[in-house]
Amino acid sequence: MDDLGFILASWLVTLGSILLLAVATLRRAKRLARQTPDDAKPWL
Amino acid sequence: MRQALVVARKDLLIEWRARLLLVRVAPFALLVLVLFAVALDSEPLILRAAAGLVWLAMLFSSLMLVQRSFDVETDDGAVDVLLTGTVEPAQVYLGKMLAAFAQLLALATTLVLGAVVLYGATVGADHLVLLVTATLSAAWGLSSVGTLYGAVVANMSGRDSLLALLALPVTAPLLIAASRATEAAFGSQTIDTASGWAWTALLVVFAVTFTAAGAAAFGTLMESDA
Amino acid sequence: MTSTTGSATSAGNTSAGTATTGTLFTRIIGAAAIIITAWVVVSAFFITPADVQQGDSVRIMYAHVPAAWIAYLAFITTAVASGISLVRRHRTLGFDRVAGASAEVGVLFMGLALITGSLWGRLTWGTFWQWDPRLTTTLFLFVTYVGYLAVRSIDTNPQRRARRSAVLALLAVLEIPLVHFSVVLWRSLHQEASVLNPDGDVRLDDVMLFTLFSGVVAFTLIFVWLVMHRQRLAALQDAQLGAGLEAAIAMRRAETVA
Repeated sequence: MDDLGFILASWLVTLGSILLLAVATLRRAKRLARQTPDDAKPWL
Repeated sequence: MRQALVVARKDLLIEWRARLLLVRVAPFALLVLVLFAVALDSEPLILRAAAGLVWLAMLFSSLMLVQRSFDVETDDGAVDVLLTGTVEPAQVYLGKMLAAFAQLLALATTLVLGAVVLYGATVGADHLVLLVTATLSAAWGLSSVGTLYGAVVANMSGRDSLLALLALPVTAPLLIAASRATEAAFGSQTIDTASGWAWTALLVVFAVTFTAAGAAAFGTLMESDA
Repeated sequence: MTSTTGSATSAGNTSAGTATTGTLFTRIIGAAAIIITAWVVVSAFFITPADVQQGDSVRIMYAHVPAAWIAYLAFITTAVASGISLVRRHRTLGFDRVAGASAEVGVLFMGLALITGSLWGRLTWGTFWQWDPRLTTTLFLFVTYVGYLAVRSIDTNPQRRARRSAVLALLAVLEIPLVHFSVVLWRSLHQEASVLNPDGDVRLDDVMLFTLFSGVVAFTLIFVWLVMHRQRLAALQDAQLGAGLEAAIAMRRAETVA
């Protein structure tokens, strides 16, 4: 495939950064959620 | 409207006593003009770029002025006094904006004269009205945006750099329009006088928009915490 | 906003809460997002044809266009949530958290739109950047939201943060069209041949169109998933703030009594 480098870079940056944000958010949330009682969690 | 004038007068008196504009901001602005010439190192290029450079210098210097407008207030809680009294927030905003406008107009005049002297810019008699109108409108727009965003960052730590980060993108349309209008007034080949007036109209639209926004938002911004 | 129960706020009591911000809804959305994204990637690389003019570089479009769409969706979401947070005073903090979460996710997608657009442009135009209205406006949007997030991160009082951010978000709604309009006028001065719009030049056949559409759907699901988790995280952070404040007040009271 022509220009494969650029195409791969685009997709890797896109999916990679989304994944990073997702993981970071989940980890921070998990840590805080453990410390917070359930009545402060309206989604439960 | 009278309340606004009272607020404006107070701000201008404070400025008069401190002479910040005269002693620090105007020299800084002129210094920026000089530095542009040094960096670009080409008289024809500088002359062609004169209008844009004037308004660039104006943007950066205006932040220093606006910053001051709110630092003075928050240091001794003066805004709270104004607001818990009988002064409507919109009036406080308009008053501060008026004071900023007066100072920015003086600064703009200085810079245009600086461009005439340092860069060799010329203004034909037929372009004078355009130049004055454009300068007035741009100064108005800048004062409305500056006062509004000054209020947003009032009391925050690191508000100097925050003000720049927040306000400068918003002023981009003003920079574009003011530069093109002034370019026309300086007698450019590419921008005729009619276009210059069109750009000035955009400046007025910008100023009106942000004045209205500022008057509306000021009350919310100055609310004390629940 | 009322505090958490008294027992939870006294120092030293770490009542174990359910350690997740996930619910059935987010799990479904998450699963759907992963599946559809996988399909889009496969299709972008292997199923869709190369473009007649642009060749394979068009495959970047399937990442770029959805990212740009979601960036604007996030912008609108933040603006609407901010507006509501100012009007509905008893729900201010909840909507403010949504606004903030949407902005954070939005900044990510704006950045991605700019990066992928730049890479795509390098292949099609030969340059990484063009001063065309769409790109320039997206850049301004990006910078504006970086500023918005900076302001949010400094305020320690949630009510203050909500008011300040809401005003900023609504001002952005004013600012962005103005910027776009000015840049359109500005660039029209330069009488350039109409700027090559990478996606404007592409002839989309059915598979390409479907893949593009799927991409938008996938990214929308990702957006919703991210915003839901992010705003729940924000709720947890605010609860901690409140608990910390109450603990401090309680300790102070205990000092004066003793």
